[in-house]
Parts: sequence; C-alpha cells; structure tokens
Amino acid sequence: MIAELGRFLVAIALIASVAQLLFGWRAARAGNVGPLAVATGRASAVALGTLGAAFVLLAVLFLQSDFSVGYVAANSHVDKPVFYKIAAVWGGHEGSMLLWCLLLAGVGAGLNRWGPRSDDGLRLRATAVQGGLQLLFIAFLFFASNPFDRLDPAELAGRGLNPILQDPALAMHPPMLYVGYVGLSAAFSLAAAGLIEGRGGRVLAEALRPWAVAAWAFLTAGISLGAWWAYYELGWGGWWFWDPVENASFMPWLVATALIHSAIATQRSGAFPGWTAFLALTAFSLSALGAFLVRSGVLTSVHAFALDPERGLWILVMLAVIAGGGLALFGWRASTLGRGDGFEPTSREAFIGANNLFLVVTAGVVLTGTLMPLIIDALGGRMISVGAPYFNTVATPFLALLLVFLPFAPFLPWRKAGLRPVAISLTAALWLVPASIAGLALMFAGGSIFAIAGAFVGAWAIAGAISDYQRSRGQAGLGPRLASAGRSMAHAGIGLVALGAAADSTGAPEISRSLAPGETMQVGDTILALESVTRADGANYMADSAILVATEGGRTLGRLRPERRFYPANDQNTREVAIRSGVRGDLYVSLGDPHTRGDGTVAYEVRASFNPFVWLLGLGAALIALGGLTALAGQAAHRRRPA
Amino acid sequence: MRRRNQRLWMIGGAATVLGLALALTLYALSDAIVLFYSPTELAQNPPEAGTHIRIGGLVEDGSVIRGEASGARFVLTDGAHTIAVSYAGPLPDLFREGQGIVAEGTFQASGEFTATTVLAKHDETYMPPEVAEALRESGRWQGEDDN
Repeated sequence: MIAELGRFLVAIALIASVAQLLFGWRAARAGNVGPLAVATGRASAVALGTLGAAFVLLAVLFLQSDFSVGYVAANSHVDKPVFYKIAAVWGGHEGSMLLWCLLLAGVGAGLNRWGPRSDDGLRLRATAVQGGLQLLFIAFLFFASNPFDRLDPAELAGRGLNPILQDPALAMHPPMLYVGYVGLSAAFSLAAAGLIEGRGGRVLAEALRPWAVAAWAFLTAGISLGAWWAYYELGWGGWWFWDPVENASFMPWLVATALIHSAIATQRSGAFPGWTAFLALTAFSLSALGAFLVRSGVLTSVHAFALDPERGLWILVMLAVIAGGGLALFGWRASTLGRGDGFEPTSREAFIGANNLFLVVTAGVVLTGTLMPLIIDALGGRMISVGAPYFNTVATPFLALLLVFLPFAPFLPWRKAGLRPVAISLTAALWLVPASIAGLALMFAGGSIFAIAGAFVGAWAIAGAISDYQRSRGQAGLGPRLASAGRSMAHAGIGLVALGAAADSTGAPEISRSLAPGETMQVGDTILALESVTRADGANYMADSAILVATEGGRTLGRLRPERRFYPANDQNTREVAIRSGVRGDLYVSLGDPHTRGDGTVAYEVRASFNPFVWLLGLGAALIALGGLTALAGQAAHRRRPA
Repeated sequence: MRRRNQRLWMIGGAATVLGLALALTLYALSDAIVLFYSPTELAQNPPEAGTHIRIGGLVEDGSVIRGEASGARFVLTDGAHTIAVSYAGPLPDLFREGQGIVAEGTFQASGEFTATTVLAKHDETYMPPEVAEALRESGRWQGEDDN
C-alpha cells in the first residue's frame, strides 16, 4: 500500500512540474504577477511536497524491510543496522534518482521564492525552466527507475547494500554531491531564463551567485568525502585515481569554480556577461553528464554501478536535451546579453579571466581523456583506456599556473591597471619565502619535479591568502568582512590541497608482507609487529581482527586494528584499514587473506605504507567548503543591510 | 585601454593556453592510451613483446596459485583461448575464480602476461564492459541481458 502511495505521489509531482513549466512560462510572458504567478508557486510547492513525502515513504519501506519492493530487496537486508537502512534509501540507483528529483523540486520552489525580487520576468521564467528540468528527471524516475516497483515473488531476507558502501562517510557522500550537482541547476535555469528574457549582466550574475556558491561548497564537500572514503575503505592507500567516476564530479567542480569567479566580475564590473551565462549552462550540463557516466556503466571504473543500457539511453537523451538545448539557446540569444565593459590587462577582471581560462581548459582536457575511450569505441575503433599518467600530465600544469596567478587577484582593483603599486610587488616578494622553503624541503625529501612545483605554488597561494586576510579584516561591515574571510579561507584551502598532494606523492610505495603472529615488518622508520588475530563478528558480517603494535626506535607508538570482513548476504570480502594519524602523516595498515605456510603456521598478508601529510588534504578541502559557506553568509549579511 | 586592444589581449592569451593544452593532450595521449586485448585477440594477433596493454577475461576455475604473501599466477580465459598471467602485487578483495577481471601490464616473449595492475570490481554482479564484449565475441556470454 505504501509503495503504491509513493508511486502515486511521484506521478503527482510529474504533473505538478508540467504545471510549473506552463504556468511559469505564461506568467513570465504576460509580465504580470497575477493568478498565473501564484499558480506557478503552488505548482512548485506541490512538486516539492509530494516528492518529499515519497522520499519519507521510501524510508518507511526500508525501516519495515518490505522486500516485496524490488529496490528495498536489492539494497537492504533484515540484519542491516538502522542507520544504513536509512542511508540505503539513496544508496542505489532508483533511490538516488528520487533524491535528485526531490532536490530539483527544492531548487524549483526556492527559485520561485527567493529568485530575483526586482525582476519577476526572470524569476518566473527561471522557475518554468526548472519545471522543465524536473519534468525530464521525474519522467525518468517514474518510467525507467521507479523505486516503488513491486517484486513478484517477494524476497525473504533482501540482498543487502554492497558492504563496501556500508560506511558513514559514504552514506553522506551522495547527498552532499547531489546537493552540489542539483544546486547548479539553479544557475542553469537562471541563465536560460536570462537568455530568453534578454537579461544578462549584473541582475543575472547577482541572482545566480548565491546558488552557485552554495552548490560549489557542497560539491567540494561531496568530492572530498568520496576521496576520503576511497582512501580508507578501498585499502589502496590512494585518494584520487583519475577514475571516470571521479572525473565526472571533478569537471562540474572546475566549471562551477570558474562560474563563481566569473559571476563576481559580472556583478561587480559588468565584465563577461555572456561567458558567465555560458558557464552556468555548462556546469549543470556536466553534472548531468556525470550522472550519465556514473549510472550507465559505459566506462570501466573502480566504482561499480549496475550496467543498464536502457537507463543509459534515457540519460543520454536527457543529456542531449539539457546540454544541447542550453548551448543552442546560448548560440541563438547570447548577443542579447551585451559585450561587457572594458578593463585593463592587469585589472582584477583580467586575472579572473585567466583563472577561468585555466579552469575551463583543465575541464576540457579532463573531459577529452574521460570520453576518449567512448569516442574511439563508438567510431568502431579498438577498446582503449586512458590512464592516470595522461591526466597528471595535462591537468596539473594548468592547475599550477592557476595557483601562480591566484594570490595577486584579490589585491588588484576592478577595471584599472593594478600591478604597478609597489606594495603588491613587495608583498609578493614576501610570499616567495615560504614558497621557496616548501619547494626546497620537498626537493631534499626526494620529490619529483611536479611535486616540487606543487609544493612551491601551494605555499605561494597560502602565503598570498594569509596576506589577503590581514589586509581585508579591517573592512567596515560584517558582510564584506565575512565575504573576504571566505575568500581567504578557500584560497588557502586550495594551497593546502596542492601542498598535501605534493607531499603525499613523495611517500614510499606500499609494502606487502606475509606475517604470522609474533613476526614484524618495517615501514620507513616504524616497525610493525603482528600481535594477534582474533574473530570479531558484527551485525551482518564475520571478521578477523588483527592487532599490530607500532614501535619506532624502541618507543611504542600505538596499536592498530585492521579487519578483514566477510559479508555472507553479498558473498563479499572487504578490508577495514587501520590508520594511525600523526603530524608527519598516516601509518596505513590493511589485513589480507590468511594462508598456511609449509610448516603449518597460519600467516596473513599485511599491507602497510606511510603516507606523508595526508591531513593537509583534509584540512584544505574543509577550508575550501567552509570558505564558500562563509562567503555565502557574507553575501546574505550584505544583502539584508538596508541600502 | 581601448576595447580593441583588450580583445587582442584576451584572444592572444586564450589562443596560447589552448595551443599549449592541445599540444600537451596529443603528447600525453600518444603515451597514455592503452589498448585492450581479449585472450582470443592475443592468440590470433599478438602485440610486440613488451608493449603495455590491458587484457580482460574470466579467471579460469582451479588456475589460481597464490604467492607466499601476495601476488598470484592464474589463467585468464574468454572461453575460446587462454593466457597465463603472473602478478606480484596485492590482489583486490573481489579477485576470485570465475570472476571477470581486467589486468594491465606487458605481454612477454614467452607468451606469458606480466601484470602490474589487476582490477576487479566492487560489485560481485558487475562485469567490466571490455570483458563482457570479449566474452560475447567468443560466444561464451552467459549474462541474462543479451543486448
């Protein structure tokens, strides 16, 4: 009964989205704020309400373990802990699409409620375009990925969520990522509305900036959680593999980063009006492309999802409508947005232009490498793969260049030439000191040329951000102060990530040894002794838990408890790595399969590595996301102040 | 500055960076593209020994000999042909007999394949697209959805 109600609610949301599209369109054309505008708002509220209720119903189905529903049977199990039953609501394809649609409808209602107050035409048109996006995705949800489909006959115990996904960070990873992806749809709808209405420039930039910044902050958090999960759950010691699924989230992030900078320039000085609209359209198109790459399974990836050609085709068609429609609209109407005001080559606009160029080129080369296997396959060529070396070679130089220019920009004036003031050159000379120290430190630690350059530009960016913060913290008004602080945090965060990536690349490769209890292995200066291996079963798994004692120069550092788990419901093994974090880095240990030696002793495969300064990456990512939210709060505070 | 000059600056800068990106992409792609071979293709038309390639297929039942601590020797099959693989690194958790895997490494003159990476998927029901394709071509595809 609940499943049928859920299915009914999704159908209502579909109809409400059609109403939102039609009413919003008519209301914007009529140019009045009469009954049509009210009806648009009602329709968007109904879409949001029904999808919200459907989402709650799906959660109820999971809590009741109703295995007559196919999606619940495939993703839950009677033994599963309650927290993961809830997380499983969005853990599989159908449920995550429901979440995606719910968020889209949330953005639709939000655009209608908080869209540009001064411009009803733009607001209503954007709500209508968002209704169109909802229509596409809810139709896909209802007809091709319905989580409320019944299973006949019902299953008794459920197949359980893939155990590797049974993890707190990964439970939160999809919602964060989806808020980011779908948040970008607001920028898409506003840009499309601006193009249709012939209104670009400051009004549009001001309207889409908060949405873009919020979406970008969540996207950052989502990507970071995913990388962190890959680091400790996959047990490979790495955090970024240039895997197609990772690239799928990285490309929208790059373009969204370009967008939030370009929108500032458009809002503050009227530069790049068309470009800002173009980036807004591209960012969400790449989000949809990401969904296609992840969900269709067309690429070999370390992250596995169901291979389903029918759904892949659906998403491909939606992608063509969104990206193709957006770009066609841009080509047709871009001239109505005007050409933008002029600026000097050493003004802040020029540096933001350089930032955009590097970010978009990086997104372009990553896109090329990600799609190359698909394109060659489609042209009837051989099956190929493009590996991490390609991405490291083509993407890192541009990201390094980005960081070289970054510290100057906040010091430059809008429009006017700005590099002349002696003060900036002097400050820049000071930034070189920590940058050189970081570069030299890594050179002596045996870093590659890439790592040394990475450490140099990372430290350079951090020093620049600190200098920017010191200069701007005395500003008048809470809004501008928060906005500047957010900017410094995010810029310092980027520097920290570069520094962390450079430091991490100097780590020695993982060591693998066969250890019986009582035996030891050496990782760097640390000696690991296997003390014991015992059974430690959990709610829905069996596990071997090892205790290893880490010592350095006779001093005991601590005990590590890596586990090897077996989930019978899925017939699957996982490794739970043990990590001992310190200032210098992480000692990273995982437990592998047991084997019997010739003399009858049972030994275990133990893998260990020392990963230098991993915390820099986590701290950097957190600063970037928090910086975005702080800047957002600053904008809000600024706006609330009576003009 | 005049609008014309500004345009020249922007176009010049963008063209330089795009040119650099194009050159880097072509250079990196020529190195980083790895061709995929099925065991049948390897048998019929083997690449030069020492070429870096990817191979894929099912791990043949009963063929796995595990190393002392890590690594293994095993046989990959697509039903029609087989290839012996040796691998020194740590095997992924989902590596097992009958499982579809992808291995990257070099084809030796001896006819054996030395793998530097072995990929198995998270999900026990997942089949790498290349392996599915190779199995279909050799007529051994046993999946439910034959489309």
